[in-house]
Amino acid sequence: MTESVTPVVSMDAITKTFPGVKALDSVQLDLYAGQVTALVGENGAGKSTTVKILTGIYQPDEGTIRIDGDPIRFANANAAGDAGITAIHQETVLFDELSVAENIFLGHAPRNTFGLIDSRAMHEAASKLLESIGAMFSSRTKLRDLGIANKHLVAIARALSVDARVVIMDEPTAALSHKEISELYELIETLKTQGKAILFISHKFDEIFRIADHYVVFRDGAFVDKGLIADISQDALVEMMVGRTVDHIFPEREATVASDVLKVINYGHPTEFADISFTLKAGEILGFYGLVGAGRSEFMQSLFGITRPSSGVCEINGKTCNIRSPADAIANGIVYVPEDRGKQGAIIGLPIFQNITLPSLGQTSKSGFLRLVEEFKLAREYSERLDLRAASLDQDVGNLSGGNQQKVVIAKWLATRPQVIILDEPTKGVDIGSKAAVHDFMAELAAQGLSIIMVSSEIPEIIGMSDRVIVMRDGRIEVELSDKKLSPETLVRHAAGITTTPQMAEV
Amino acid sequence: MTETATQTRHIPDRLNSRAHSVFRSWEALLLAVAVAIFIVNSFTSPYFLNAWNLSDATFNFTEKAMIAFAMAMLIIAGEIDLSVASIIALASTAMGLAVQYGAGTTELVAIGLIVGIMCGAFNAFFVTVLGLPSIVVTIGTMSLFRGISFIILGDGAFRGYPSDFAWFGQGYVFWVITVEMVIFVILAAIYGVLLHKTNFGRAVYAIGNNPTGALFSGIRVQRVKFILFLLTGLMSGLAAICLTSRLGSTRPSIATGMELEVVTMVVLGGVNILGGSGSIPGVVIAAFVMGLVTFGLGLLNVPGIVMSIFIGLLLIGVIALPRMWSIINARRHKP
Repeated sequence: MTESVTPVVSMDAITKTFPGVKALDSVQLDLYAGQVTALVGENGAGKSTTVKILTGIYQPDEGTIRIDGDPIRFANANAAGDAGITAIHQETVLFDELSVAENIFLGHAPRNTFGLIDSRAMHEAASKLLESIGAMFSSRTKLRDLGIANKHLVAIARALSVDARVVIMDEPTAALSHKEISELYELIETLKTQGKAILFISHKFDEIFRIADHYVVFRDGAFVDKGLIADISQDALVEMMVGRTVDHIFPEREATVASDVLKVINYGHPTEFADISFTLKAGEILGFYGLVGAGRSEFMQSLFGITRPSSGVCEINGKTCNIRSPADAIANGIVYVPEDRGKQGAIIGLPIFQNITLPSLGQTSKSGFLRLVEEFKLAREYSERLDLRAASLDQDVGNLSGGNQQKVVIAKWLATRPQVIILDEPTKGVDIGSKAAVHDFMAELAAQGLSIIMVSSEIPEIIGMSDRVIVMRDGRIEVELSDKKLSPETLVRHAAGITTTPQMAEV
Repeated sequence: MTETATQTRHIPDRLNSRAHSVFRSWEALLLAVAVAIFIVNSFTSPYFLNAWNLSDATFNFTEKAMIAFAMAMLIIAGEIDLSVASIIALASTAMGLAVQYGAGTTELVAIGLIVGIMCGAFNAFFVTVLGLPSIVVTIGTMSLFRGISFIILGDGAFRGYPSDFAWFGQGYVFWVITVEMVIFVILAAIYGVLLHKTNFGRAVYAIGNNPTGALFSGIRVQRVKFILFLLTGLMSGLAAICLTSRLGSTRPSIATGMELEVVTMVVLGGVNILGGSGSIPGVVIAAFVMGLVTFGLGLLNVPGIVMSIFIGLLLIGVIALPRMWSIINARRHKP
């Protein structure tokens, strides 16, 4: 590792103002060659704006960016690319129908003497890049044939293809499974040895402490602190980030003895899952843990009537219910808050109040005719209960932030007065402050007697929130755990299908 | 929950008054265009401001508009039916065939409507049950339905409709008000209420904006789409009755190209061709605009081919206008 005194990139007193908002207020950030700097902050702290300034998408109002100590201005995204800065975004835009090599070199493919794309050279260069990051697939593979983790490798190869000196990773692990994440760590180590300066943005503290060398904390667009990861504790970092002490992130809950609400017997599907049986009590939070692809979401969507199961029975309060569509599920008191908020959750283009009342129109309307007064009343009741931040209820839901869109989706379901609410990755991509609010709210709902199924890939959340945990693997229930003192190791072992030895269970 | 309820912030229902948003709407702009065309027409031709001439002019749009109402809902829901003119041909042929076997007016009306609904169901089956794209399915049935008419009729024509059957296309309710005009007004009211005031209409908007999200919200997406295709078929059957009654004969080339005029009317009325937004009042005004333009040009003896150039320009202008409108608005609202 090179000991560099001068940072590769340094941002000094950068200020960026948008109409009505000061997104960044005189912040500083240094990135060093061969080292990982973690940028930590809640949603709205200015992380995205920082990335956009570093990649030339926004121009700062004040302050200087220096590369190797020399001041520079990026007129546009190309200028930042030319300076060797590249970013891998949360959802990098790739093209399913193109080959891996074409994705990597789109826009800067090697040309032959006629000015046409030199396919041979392109594939050679792509193979070399893929090899350097440990990818096991051919450069000629169509992108759509790759899994999400391998797509991520393509995105990384694309970032490296421009011969970057600075790599920005914005929540790179959000969609990855456990194994894929550890592969990403190895890749980051490789990049470090190649002398790249890495800016790493993540909400997951275990990741930050595992791979970062430096930390920088932003809060509400202002610089708070920076230093070496080795010199700081996790609690201190969280405290700086939220500006207050977070002593316990998860709400204390009393487990209550109650009757069974939902009983699922032998649910099966030809390809996705089999032999799923469990019960859910009133006021209980049942966690579903498993690796990506374990069939959790597929099962939940089947329970919600999106796909029809090939076998199995579902009972609500002892009565068998025949669920053939989401409308049937809702009528039976089962609702589902999907993971994919943008596509399956909110209906962008419709106002907030219409989103909230959509499944409850039977309740607000009279003989099939809309009653707007009733709709506004219902929508107001639940948006205020969820502390929705909106200018008005007739505002397009697309104008809200991601967190507030999620509130609209939850409000929509609570308005139907469900008995069972299924939350699929409820806090994915949500910052730590809002996460605690979501968890508090879940505990409150459970205390009111609502039964909750929580699908989550975050171990602390599963352990902190669930009364019981079902671990799924390869479409089947691996184990049901109701021990209050669950260890993360136990969960991971079951999810990965590693047989637990007696000694391990003691740990 | 009750403790926290006291400290919640209040969110207003609306930021702008309803009158404000109506004034700023696409429909308001379109109405101004209609008034302008009316004024220009009344200056350019001395025959324009004549009650009987104006009454005759309504035939330019009433039949198309009947289909356009159903088509507007279908397009808002993100689908399209390009076979409507061919459904007219098939329904008209079926009626003509029935006349040869001595069918009376009641039977003819029933046959026209039933053939229309069945054609709609045929389209709906491929789109909603098999999940095929509606544009492809209805381009196919566009050839199929009219093809059947050609096989039955060849070069010939069906005539000899009963004399009271002429009431639909040639009758007057009182003074200059035609039967078709009355049907148009009643349908405008029915569709306006259906789209804007019912749960069904809300489902149509939800599906058009995000079909997956609508499904996940418990909307029976395929059922709603199925009904919309049935309605479009039914309206095509009704238009077939009116048009056949007005012409008094059926040829297989009847209503050729009408599907594009219907779609033009819908898009002119401010319905987003990609689905999700639009209104029935917009389509009503668009119907008048198209009727006034063709009538005005007709009075000036503009040949048909030039008229179609005008309609083409009108359509392109209309698609470009909202975009230009929003760009101007965005500029104006910049702080």
